[in-house]
Amino acid sequence: MADTQTPIVPGNAATLGRAAGAAGGVTTPPGPARRRSSGGAVRNLWVAIKSNRKATVGAILLAIFTVMALVPGLIAPDDPESEAFPSSAGPSAQHWLGTTHYGQDILSQVIWGARQSMVIAVGVGLFATVISVLAGVSAAYLGGLPDSVISLVTDVFLVIPTFPLIIVIASYVKSSSDTVLIFVLVVTGWSYGARQLRVQALSLRNRDFLESARVRGERRSYVIVVEILPTMTSLLVANFLGAALYAVLTAAGLQFIGLGDPAANSWGTMLYWAKDGAALQTDQYLWAIIPGVCIATLGAAFALLNYAFDEISNPALRPVRRPRATRDS
Amino acid sequence: MRFLLRRLGFFVLTLWAALTLNFVIPRLMPGNPALAMMARFHGRVSGNVLAALEAEFGVSTKASVWDQYWQYLGNTLTGHLGVSTTYFPQPVTDVIRAGLPWTLGLVGITTVLAFILGSLVGVVGGWRRGGKLDSILTPVFIVTSSVPYFWVGLMGILLFSVILGWLPSDFAYDNVLVPELSWSFVANVLQHSILPAATILITSIGTWILTMRNNMVTVLAEDYVRMGRAKGLSSRRVMVDYAARNAMLPNLTGFAMSLGFVVSGAILVEYVFDYPGIGFMLLQSAENEDYALMQALFLLITVAVLLAVLAADVLTAVLDPRTRTQA
Repeated sequence: MADTQTPIVPGNAATLGRAAGAAGGVTTPPGPARRRSSGGAVRNLWVAIKSNRKATVGAILLAIFTVMALVPGLIAPDDPESEAFPSSAGPSAQHWLGTTHYGQDILSQVIWGARQSMVIAVGVGLFATVISVLAGVSAAYLGGLPDSVISLVTDVFLVIPTFPLIIVIASYVKSSSDTVLIFVLVVTGWSYGARQLRVQALSLRNRDFLESARVRGERRSYVIVVEILPTMTSLLVANFLGAALYAVLTAAGLQFIGLGDPAANSWGTMLYWAKDGAALQTDQYLWAIIPGVCIATLGAAFALLNYAFDEISNPALRPVRRPRATRDS
Repeated sequence: MRFLLRRLGFFVLTLWAALTLNFVIPRLMPGNPALAMMARFHGRVSGNVLAALEAEFGVSTKASVWDQYWQYLGNTLTGHLGVSTTYFPQPVTDVIRAGLPWTLGLVGITTVLAFILGSLVGVVGGWRRGGKLDSILTPVFIVTSSVPYFWVGLMGILLFSVILGWLPSDFAYDNVLVPELSWSFVANVLQHSILPAATILITSIGTWILTMRNNMVTVLAEDYVRMGRAKGLSSRRVMVDYAARNAMLPNLTGFAMSLGFVVSGAILVEYVFDYPGIGFMLLQSAENEDYALMQALFLLITVAVLLAVLAADVLTAVLDPRTRTQA
């Protein structure tokens, strides 16, 4: 029993290590990963976010944007599409951030823009992570020829220049909708995670708890989903965050150069129109500044969380409390 | 040797995949965009060029897809990349040759600079983990690495061109000048490159600092570092010769890839500054539906990245004996 407990730890010593410690006193039946994974992982995630300052800041920022994305109508003062206001007005009590060249309220546009960025970030993050898991973990678990083939495909996708490829695809598609955008970003963004997950899963392959599952006669899909995946929670979270960050920045870039949907309400598109409307040359600074600040802040939220989870899953990277212990004297 | 052969095989395979993507993507799109392009160029281009374009995109030819594919592969590998419709009647290869030096000069130099500076800061930050430099710079650069490139460029223009009026905001040199090898022209080019170069430097240096710092932290826990310390070597020697040298290895491939990406230019930065390089050209060709130029640029970028990765593999194999035995 004790043997099936410990091997679950190595994937991410920090989060799950604590779980193992907490559950240590309780006698658990074989296949403990299942029971522990759902409730425990969430609780540990919470503890991890609270204890790491980078994670706390990232989580708070992310929460703010989530609220903006969920109920923009309650927060935004005006209709973002409406062009009924005076054109190119500076900040005023009516329009806190002023209006665009086309007479739209900038604040409302920014608030409504959060939704699109969040949808793309979460969508790409989820789908890319799923594909990474499918490719990476099954390659490692199956081994042999399937592993070679999957790894080869992963490497090819890793090396092909992403942004140029996206431009090529987008130029054929013409004004891509969100669905197309998410699809393209997933196709170009899954390979990095797949590689990481494969390495992680490889290190687990010969552990006792997997051996015991095999001896019990469990199906491969069961072993992968129920036995292997829960041990990699923090890596999966990091993967999701990395893909989300990639999606936010790339989508914004595409919209900025006019390859997104020009009618959509998003931060990248706002910047596209700001450049189109010569915002910088006509003193409409806020029109160009605010959407960029939003993209950067959302990106920073994902990046901070991502880095924090790196620290959590790799204890060696965690900030040291007493620097003298590691520094040379 | 086997290791290198395997990497060479990978190189060929990836190149083939990129070529095939180029061939397949236009054919997968609904309503064949190439057909629409043809319609617009009818009458404007000569019959010869039209036929070449038709062959390239498989429009209104009677050949089977398979034959088209072989013809396309043959044409590409022999350097027949077609004629640019934007810069008609210039062949694609000439157009690219005009843009390449600008990109290599601007993005190439800044990429190398970012790598060197970033690695140095990362080494020191990782060595003095938890110190002042580390605890300030790490969070700062996590944030800067998530700021969109192009927006930093926009802000640079806003501050230094629009408000202060110190630096020019677009193109590689003043339009009134004729390119020549004189001091005034070179100075003008340099002046135009400050803002885009600074943009690339600011946004790309963070990644190098962070990865190098994390590599350092991992390497510092190794036994051979402790060994070096136990032998009583100076701190500097342990830091540079023991830790940094090994921490650098995983970053080599990343550096090589970014060198390969130099060819693609910092696409968005070139766009923001109207810098006449490869990245700007790629966007322009996408906008103007100049598919021959666009495909050629995509291929060029892919080949550059592949060559760089191959070079990094060879270099890593030379520098790190462990990779040789693994293969």
